[in-house]
Amino acid sequence: MLRVGVLRFPGINCEEETLRAAERIGADARYIWHRDTTLGGADVVLIPGGFSYGDYLRAGAIARFSPVMAAVRDHAASGGPVLGICNGFQILCEARLLPGALMRNHRLRYVSRPVRCIVEQSATPFTSAFIHGQALELPIAHGDGRYVADSDTLRMLEAEGRVVLRYASDADNPNGAMSNIAGIMNAGGNVVGIMPHPERAADPLVGSTDGAGFFTSIADWHALHQPASQTP
Amino acid sequence: MTFRVLVRVMPRQGLLDPQGQAVEHALSTLGYPPLESVRVGRAIEIGMEAADAGEAEARARDMCERVLANPVMEDFHLTVEAS
Repeated sequence: MLRVGVLRFPGINCEEETLRAAERIGADARYIWHRDTTLGGADVVLIPGGFSYGDYLRAGAIARFSPVMAAVRDHAASGGPVLGICNGFQILCEARLLPGALMRNHRLRYVSRPVRCIVEQSATPFTSAFIHGQALELPIAHGDGRYVADSDTLRMLEAEGRVVLRYASDADNPNGAMSNIAGIMNAGGNVVGIMPHPERAADPLVGSTDGAGFFTSIADWHALHQPASQTP
Repeated sequence: MTFRVLVRVMPRQGLLDPQGQAVEHALSTLGYPPLESVRVGRAIEIGMEAADAGEAEARARDMCERVLANPVMEDFHLTVEAS
């Protein structure tokens, strides 16, 4: 059975929706406490949104040093899927598992609203359910979402197809992110960080299922990667 | 010896600093003559025991590189004084 671990740091607040979104695809989804030193056998790690450690110093800067992050690093290094959502994306950047950083929104305001995004990379464990160029409307809710990186890094991300999610246009860019970047992946494609919150748009009950594909993709990934002996 | 290390962390030159712009705007609203620039950063004060100022600075520099500043978006400057 697909096992999904949802990291829990003090100060995060999106773990329940994230856990439920994972349960909706039939996964055995469990929380992993930030002081744990193992992932409890999780096949996939989700780092939810919120304000880990109150965003003190910089968003994600303190969470990076939590004991569990060593296990996340090992998991990622061996090709295990990791998705960071919002604060999770900030943590992955601070942990240098993804390049670049997320700075204060250009208009200084916390922005909470749906934004139009385009899926630009579907060859990841979290976006395979989408087609390249597919438009989504996803909720965002952040004060520090302006993606920045040096020009060499930006060129590399574009050349290697590592921009996973992009705001649909300059007018849709809610935070001043460089190149309208809303989400990126690592070189291996197994570590993905996105600012929008797909877990808030994964159930018809809340009016949108545009984000559901981020989770159904995980089930597809697992079906392809589980040991042959378990394949029916 | 006890040293006081003042760490000044500033947004990197060339990166948009919306906080600095907002403060600059507020100052011009108050009627100050036009300013060349205003930038907003963070100051961190660390007290520590070290053999000498060099050791204190080296240790603080390591702290900055590992956690206190993010080199992607920030530069840092250290001032060490005996206390």
